Amino acid sequence: MKASAFSYARASSVDHALELLAVHGEQAKVLSGGQSLMPALNLRLSAPEWIVDIGGLAELRGISVSDGMLRIGALTRHADVQASAEIARHAPLLTEAIAHVAHPAIRNRGTLGGSLAHADPASELPACVLALDATIVVRGQDYERRVPAADFFQGIYETALTPEELLTAVEIPLKPESIHFFHEHARRKGDYAIVGLAASAAITGDAFVDLRLAFFAVGDRPLLADASSHLVGGPVTASTLAAAQAALDDELDPQEDQQASAGMRRYLARQLLEQCVATLLQRPDLRTRKFA
Amino acid sequence: MTAPLPISLKVNGELIEAHVLPRLNLADFLREHLGLTGTHVGCEHGVCGACTVRLNGDIVRACLLLAVQLDGASVETVEGLSDTGEIADLQAAFHTRNALQCGYCTPAMLITAQDLLKQMPQPDREQIREHLSGNYCRCTGYHAIVDAVEATARKRVGRA
Repeated sequence: MKASAFSYARASSVDHALELLAVHGEQAKVLSGGQSLMPALNLRLSAPEWIVDIGGLAELRGISVSDGMLRIGALTRHADVQASAEIARHAPLLTEAIAHVAHPAIRNRGTLGGSLAHADPASELPACVLALDATIVVRGQDYERRVPAADFFQGIYETALTPEELLTAVEIPLKPESIHFFHEHARRKGDYAIVGLAASAAITGDAFVDLRLAFFAVGDRPLLADASSHLVGGPVTASTLAAAQAALDDELDPQEDQQASAGMRRYLARQLLEQCVATLLQRPDLRTRKFA
Repeated sequence: MTAPLPISLKVNGELIEAHVLPRLNLADFLREHLGLTGTHVGCEHGVCGACTVRLNGDIVRACLLLAVQLDGASVETVEGLSDTGEIADLQAAFHTRNALQCGYCTPAMLITAQDLLKQMPQPDREQIREHLSGNYCRCTGYHAIVDAVEATARKRVGRA
């Protein structure tokens, strides 16, 4: 199918983009890489009157490290995130996750900010920024505000952004001691996940002192699982792990679709939790179920 | 408003100036305005990969780009890659290995395979499969395509 007709405005600066959104916000969609917006337009799931193209705004591109913070500009492409030595060093969870985001031709256009603003509950990067305890930087016409990732995602394709605002950057606190885990189940390499888990953790001795488990494709937004509380602060045993899995089961409210039943999603989520904990603690004895 | 907008871009090295409606995607611009029908249109929502072209050196989906976004850009299609001889050996290997069959996915397979071989001269079969994973083929089961890419890689490395 073809997109329906719309008017097009190319923003020449962030301020210009915000002016355009102040006028057209409710009737406009922001175009960055377009790798989620264009399919929606072509399928006519979305038919905005205006497209505000921010793709040329170099001020929104780039990766920097300062004051204990990794800062990634909203227009930084997936391919640039994947190739960045700074991200590999300070947020290797992102490097690993990006390999699961679609395919090379799409990673060459898709942007970090676009993926977060789109907020597909089955996509990888919203879960990653939640696991990394990131802050989303948002600009309005006369202000800038910072939203914790945990408050940013509010539902399917719903975020804390208003139609007049732009997501400009992501800030990730540097945690040199942290380790990570990423895995997803998908029908085909590069497809959206059936169930996925992005996790960040800190370990002292043989115990977790911090464990952030961000599950995706199991609800209307990425879920930071409280079940981790069963695993933090003491030695992990088969029974504490089972308690965490039972708690996770209570927390989840996965949808059923043509890819998987809710029960299958719960099962895969429990299995990912087990895989994550066993891998991070290097405790293969905690793996009770065997999967191909 | 929704009236045509002027764009100026390079396509296969040639300067093109045109007026396009904002809703026109790059794949349709190439096919219908420029007659470059090697870029194929399949799913039109980024899943099948049949519309893959190069934009400023990187492979992209032409169905997920607006022509109006490309003012000042450089686009290369399979016609360009073919005319310069850049992928002649890859095309020959696809022919030899019977990796094209109906041919619908072939132009994009060639562009995607060439993208891999530029970045990774000696990929293994798993790496070839992963790089081509965004391109659907409904005839070959991919095996012959992977064979052709692998054979081309070996020949190129042997020549180097």
